[in-house]
Amino acid sequence: MLRVEGITQLFGGLTALEEVTFTVGKGSITGVIGPNGAGKTTLFNIVTGLYTPSSGRVFLDGKEITCFPPERLAPLGLVRTFQNIEMFHQMTVLENVLVGLHTRSRSGMISCALKLPWHLAEERRLHAEAMKWLEFCGIADLAELEARALPFGNCRLVEIARAMAVNPKLLLMDEPAAGLNSRETADLELLIRKIRDTGVTVVLVEHDMELVMEICDAIVVLNLGKKLAQGSPREIQENPDVIRAYLGEG
Amino acid sequence: MKRDYLLFLLFTLVVLVAPLAFEGGYLLNVLVFMGINTMLAVALNLLLGFAGQISLGHAAFFGLGAYISGVLTANHGVNPWVALPIAALSVGVIAFLLGFPILKLKGHYLAMATLGFGIIVFIVFNETVEITGGPSGLTGIPTMKIGAMEFQGEMKSYYLIWGFTLLTMLLSINLDHSRIGRALRAIHDSEVASRVMGVNARFLKVQVFTLSAVISAVAGSLYAHTMTFVSPSSFGFNFSVELVTMVIIGGLGSIFGSFLGAALLTFLPELLRVVQDYDIVVYGLLLIVMTMYMPKGLAGGVASLARLLRPAKKRTVDHAQG
Amino acid sequence: MDLLQQLTQYAFSGFSTGAIYALIGLGFAIIYNSTGIINFAQGEFVMLGGVLTYFSLTVLRLPYLVAMAVAVAVTTAAGAAFERLTIRPLKSPSPLSLVIITIGGSIFIRGVAMLLWGKDTHALPPFSGNDPLTVGGASIMPQHLWIFGITLLIIAANKFFFYYTISGKAMRACSHNRTAASLVGIDVRKMVLLSFVISSAVGSLAGIIIAPLTMTAYDVGVMLGLKGFCAAIIGGMSSGFGTVLGGLLLGLLESFGAGLISSGYKDAIAFIVLLLILFIRPQGLFSKAQTERV
Repeated sequence: MLRVEGITQLFGGLTALEEVTFTVGKGSITGVIGPNGAGKTTLFNIVTGLYTPSSGRVFLDGKEITCFPPERLAPLGLVRTFQNIEMFHQMTVLENVLVGLHTRSRSGMISCALKLPWHLAEERRLHAEAMKWLEFCGIADLAELEARALPFGNCRLVEIARAMAVNPKLLLMDEPAAGLNSRETADLELLIRKIRDTGVTVVLVEHDMELVMEICDAIVVLNLGKKLAQGSPREIQENPDVIRAYLGEG
Repeated sequence: MKRDYLLFLLFTLVVLVAPLAFEGGYLLNVLVFMGINTMLAVALNLLLGFAGQISLGHAAFFGLGAYISGVLTANHGVNPWVALPIAALSVGVIAFLLGFPILKLKGHYLAMATLGFGIIVFIVFNETVEITGGPSGLTGIPTMKIGAMEFQGEMKSYYLIWGFTLLTMLLSINLDHSRIGRALRAIHDSEVASRVMGVNARFLKVQVFTLSAVISAVAGSLYAHTMTFVSPSSFGFNFSVELVTMVIIGGLGSIFGSFLGAALLTFLPELLRVVQDYDIVVYGLLLIVMTMYMPKGLAGGVASLARLLRPAKKRTVDHAQG
Repeated sequence: MDLLQQLTQYAFSGFSTGAIYALIGLGFAIIYNSTGIINFAQGEFVMLGGVLTYFSLTVLRLPYLVAMAVAVAVTTAAGAAFERLTIRPLKSPSPLSLVIITIGGSIFIRGVAMLLWGKDTHALPPFSGNDPLTVGGASIMPQHLWIFGITLLIIAANKFFFYYTISGKAMRACSHNRTAASLVGIDVRKMVLLSFVISSAVGSLAGIIIAPLTMTAYDVGVMLGLKGFCAAIIGGMSSGFGTVLGGLLLGLLESFGAGLISSGYKDAIAFIVLLLILFIRPQGLFSKAQTERV
C-alpha cells in the first residue's frame, strides 16, 4: 500500500531522517513509534507532502507520490490527521466534515454563486454523506455545534470523521490518543479497528504503547532519524535494540 | 442558512422602498454611494473575510474598472453596457495573472505587496495624462441607458446601483453556503488542514481574488457612469484602507456586516462634516478599537446582542449543552 | 553640465535619500525581528520627527538642538505608548489583526498631527549653511553630508547595541526564538516595548535629518514609511547591513530612474522593485534561503 524508500531529510546541518525505508501492508494497522525527536512527525510531513525530502521516494499503491502537495494526495486516497488538531474553528461540526467531501464534489465558483440546480442536488447528497460519517464516529448529535465550542476529545472525533469523508485508502494519524483520557482512548481503539474494517489502511504515530501494542499488526521503530526495527508487536517488544533505545544505553 | 435568505428578502424590500421616503436630493445621493461602497465591501469580504487574505490595493481594481469603462466610452464612443463587461473582464485577467505570485505571500508580506500594486496603479492613473487626463481627471463619461431611458438623476442611479449591489450580495450569500464558501473558510482557519482535505488552496485563493477584483471593477464602471467624471484621488491608498475598514468594522465574513460597515463609513464623513477633518482620526481609532475589542465587527455585535435578548430559559439550556 | 557631472549628481542625491530609507527600514526590521510585526505606523514616527522639530523651533522657539531632542523624545514616547496601548493588550494576535491595528495607529497618528499642526508643508532650516559644495563637478548640499554622517553614526550605535550590550543581545535572542528567550529569563514583553522605543527613535531621527531637504508635513510618513519597508525587504529584513544596502540601492535606483527615465514614475520604481523582490526572492537579495519548518 505505502512504500517509503531511502528517505533522508536535512534541516540545515541537522539530519532529521536518514535512509528510512519500510512498507505498509494493505489493510493493516501500522504503528510508527520512537522516542521524542526520532523523526516520526517529520516522516509524516514528508509522506503527506508538507515537506520535500532531501532524498528518497514515496510510493502509494506502486505509484510514486514523492513531493506531491497534499491537495493532490487527497484524491488519491491519502489523508492524515494532526497531532495538535487542525479544526476549522469558525464552522460547525457538520461543515467541517463537509470540507472533507470537497474532492468528491464538483460545483465550481460560478454554479455555487448562481445556485444552479445540479449544485443543489449535490449539496443534498453531501449533507447526507457527511451525516453518515458523523454517525460512524458516534457524534451525529454534535452536527450543528460550532467546532470551537467542542471539548478536546470530540475534536479528535470530528477530525477523524472529516478525514474519513475524503474516502481514504490510507489514513495517517499523528498521535490520535494524545490528550485523551483512558475511556476516550478505549473508544478510539474501537473506532480505529472499525476504520480498518471498512478497508482503510491505517498508519499511526503514537506514544501510548499500550494502544500501539494492542491494535497494530506491524510496528516501525525510529530512533535518531534511523529505522531501528520493524516487525510484529511481539517481535518489537523482544528486540534488544528497541529496548536499549527506550531505556537508554545503560 | 434560511435566516440569511429571509434577512436578504427583508433587506431587499427596505432597499426598494427607501428612496420613496426621500424624494430625491442630497440624502438619496449619499445612498447611491452607500450602494457602491457596499458592493466593494462585499467583494473585499469574499477575499478578506472568507479566505482570510488581505488586500490593501483593492481601490486599484475599482479604479481600473472605472477608468477602462470611462476611457472606452468617453474617448472611443463605446456603449457603456459594452464597456462594463470589457472592464470587468480585463480586470479579471489582470487579477488572475497577479494572483498567482501575490497570493503565494502571507500576512504582512501580502498586505505590503497588494499595497504596492495599488500605489503603482495609482501612479499610472496620474501619469498617463493623454489617456486618463492625469490628476485633473477624466470628464464626459456618458450615463447608462436602457432604450430611451437614461440612468440620470439620483432616483434612477439609485435603482441601477442597488440592483447590482443586491445581486452581488445574493451571489455572495449563495457562495457562502456552498462547497466553495466552506473551502474558503477552511483555508482561513487552517490552510494546511484544508489542503490535506484536498482543497487546492492556492488556486482557490486566486479564484476568489479574481472574483473580488471583477466585482470591484463592475462597481468602478457603475461609479464612472453615474458620476460621469473620475479622477485618481478616488482610487488611492486611503480608499483601499477605507474598504478594509468597512469590512473589519462590519464583521469579517458577514455579508450584511459589510453593508453595515459600508453604511457607517459612508455616513460618517457626512456626520463629521461639521467637525471637518476629524474623520481620519475617528477611522484610525475605530480600526484599532474594533480589532481589539470587537473582532467580529458590527455583525458580531448585533448577533451577541440578539443572544442576550433571548429568553433566559433558552440561554441556560444552550449553556448546559455547550 | 556634462553627463558625468549629471550622473555624479544623481548618485549623491540617491545616496542621501537611500540613507534615509535605510534608517527607516532599520526601524521596520528591529520591530519585525523581535516581534514578527510589520509596523505600518513606522512612517508616522518619521513624520513626527520632522513635524515636531519644526513645531518646537517655530512655536516654542527652542534652540535647534533642543527642538530635535524634544522631537525624538516625544516620538519615542508615542512609540512606547502605541505598543503599550494597542499591541500588548492583544490576547491572540494574528498577522491580520496586527496589520489592521498598526494601520489604524498610523491613520490615527497622521490625523492627530493634521489636527494639531495643519496641512501645510514646512521646511526645516539646514543644519549648517545653504551653500552647496562642489565635489567632482557636482554640487552637494552640506545637509547631504549631515545625512551621511548621522546615518553612519546611528548604524554604528545600533550595531554596538545589538552585539555588545545585554539588552541588545537579549533582543537578538528574542528574534531567534521567543519561547527559548523567555525560558532563560528574558522578559520578552519588555524587549517588544524596547524594540518599539528604538525604532521610533531611529525613525524620528531619520525624519529630522531629511526634513531640511525634502520638507515635512503631516502626510509625508506614508511614502517614506513604504519606501523604508522596501529597503528592509531588499535587505531581507535584517536589522543590520542588508537593510542599509537595500536602502542605498533603492535610493540610487530612484534617483537615476527619475533623472534618466521619468520623474513622474519615480515613486513607482520602489514599488516595482518591492513586488519583484517579493515574487522572486522574498528572503531578500543578500541572504540565503532557509528551510521553512512547518
